[in-house]
Amino acid sequence: MRQGKYPFVIGFLIAPLALYGMFVLRPIAAAVQVSMTNWSGLSPNFDFVGLENFQKLLDDDKVWLAAKHHVFLLVTLPVITIALALFFAFLLNMGGGTRGGMMTGVWGSKFYRVVFFLPQVLAVVIVGVIFGRVYAPDGSGVLNRFLELFGVDAVQFMAEYGLWSILGVLVWQAVGFYVVLFAAGMSSIPAEIYEAAVMDGASRVTIFFRVTIPLLMETVKVAWVYLGILAMDAFALVMVLSIDEGGPDGATTVLPVQIYKSGIRESDYGYASALGVALAVFTIIFAVLSLRGGKRNAVEH
Amino acid sequence: MANKSEKRSSAGVLNKLSHVALAVWAILIIYPLVFTFLAAFKSNTEIFIGNPFALPSHWDFGSFGRAWTEAKVGTYFLNSLIVVSISTFGTMLLGAMAAYVLARYEFIGNRFIYFLFIAGLAFPVYLALTPLYIVVQELGLLGTHTGLILVYIAYSLPFTVFFLAAFFKTLPNAVAEAAMIDGASHTKLFFRVMMPMAKPGLISITIFNIIGQWNQYVLPVSLLPGGAEGQEKWLLTQGIANISTAAGYQADWPALFAALSIAIIPMIIVYTIFQRQIQSGLTAGAVK
Repeated sequence: MRQGKYPFVIGFLIAPLALYGMFVLRPIAAAVQVSMTNWSGLSPNFDFVGLENFQKLLDDDKVWLAAKHHVFLLVTLPVITIALALFFAFLLNMGGGTRGGMMTGVWGSKFYRVVFFLPQVLAVVIVGVIFGRVYAPDGSGVLNRFLELFGVDAVQFMAEYGLWSILGVLVWQAVGFYVVLFAAGMSSIPAEIYEAAVMDGASRVTIFFRVTIPLLMETVKVAWVYLGILAMDAFALVMVLSIDEGGPDGATTVLPVQIYKSGIRESDYGYASALGVALAVFTIIFAVLSLRGGKRNAVEH
Repeated sequence: MANKSEKRSSAGVLNKLSHVALAVWAILIIYPLVFTFLAAFKSNTEIFIGNPFALPSHWDFGSFGRAWTEAKVGTYFLNSLIVVSISTFGTMLLGAMAAYVLARYEFIGNRFIYFLFIAGLAFPVYLALTPLYIVVQELGLLGTHTGLILVYIAYSLPFTVFFLAAFFKTLPNAVAEAAMIDGASHTKLFFRVMMPMAKPGLISITIFNIIGQWNQYVLPVSLLPGGAEGQEKWLLTQGIANISTAAGYQADWPALFAALSIAIIPMIIVYTIFQRQIQSGLTAGAVK
């Protein structure tokens, strides 16, 4: 194995490292650097302004709105998605009750599993454009036409309930992935545990809350982190679905949208980079806290 | 006895309720897609005044032609196809090479390089968005597919290396040693022995990368600016987002829905054929 090891190792690493360094590491390092300058990107000169951009960020109403929206999504998105996905996964795996002592899924489980997962392979942008018609404010909107059947007047979804509407699409798209994830977790729970519970006369509801959910906690935590990271994004949906890209008047904006607007649109590179740093810090703190919390609980079990 | 039958009937109600819940969610998934597909055949008036739940009054296929040529969906589709096939291939080749070396060879700096790659998982793409734009611009690659392909590969490497390194570690040593005794070179060992053995892992991560890159939006929108010439280079997601924001009440809505259908239908076909592999490929990263 020794012969010619180093030339081979270098040969195999050089291209991936070069690309990664050039397009990922260098921009990240530059972002941190640029965040402390007033560089507009157009002129070759710029001044070091220290934490001025971060000061500006703290005074920026749009940033506070965006942060508020992330907190809202960080709470609602994981809770709703995980609850729905656990419920559906349980029905698909064990909703059929017992047959010969074994838990079975409801009739048509396979079909549902395929259909539920489908939105996962569709581009978020395309999903966003479709939901533009679902949420259309007048009678031409699918949802409004449906509400009309119950005598409800047309709702201005994006103008009045923008963030909830975006949350709805995020949940719509995400649930199927976690159904498959949880279903896989459930099928790896030993059948004897269920058999014992059934013998003891436990109902399906009891089994769900007392057996399945506790045994699935680790997978749920993974889901929580994934969904939290998703809640820090929402860029594509907000860009295509909301009124005036994050509006009306910042009502649906998120940090990535603000970064894109100040950086690419307005060439305020220093400020955009400061926003980027803030988002990264926010994301990393969230991930570290979730993962550490997860570990501590695992020891307790 | 009474107790038993009571139990059975409550189980029956539960069964019906679970079917209702599952069916409602299935309709919520399918209906917006059916609506999109049907709207492609309707007229503007039918879309805006008619009933969204109705079938088109007559089936007008013209919208697909207009979307394909006038709205340039054909061009965007082809651009996406070119960019994603080259960049997925590049990601897999370079990612597998790096992961293999990092997983199976001891050398100075191995851990450092590995963690350098993994660190990329922690940073959102938005952090580096503006500096990335400038780097690509300085290289003269702004508005080119080459630039976008290189960027796609670079941003796909962290997860690919992370996933495949774990996979290569699990491969048995015996086969590798036997091949080495037979006089195979390191390179030959990689391409002839290790790559074929790693096939299941490679398939999972290839699916993951194809779907991720095909659906990518922020990178093309940032790195392929518009303009008369630039627009020819646009990718599908970017093109469709643009058609939808440009479309007012006067616009050609059936063509927009046709464009959406053109973008969705191939995905649905590919998904239904490979759904088993896609589901396990996409969830593989979560259940480590």
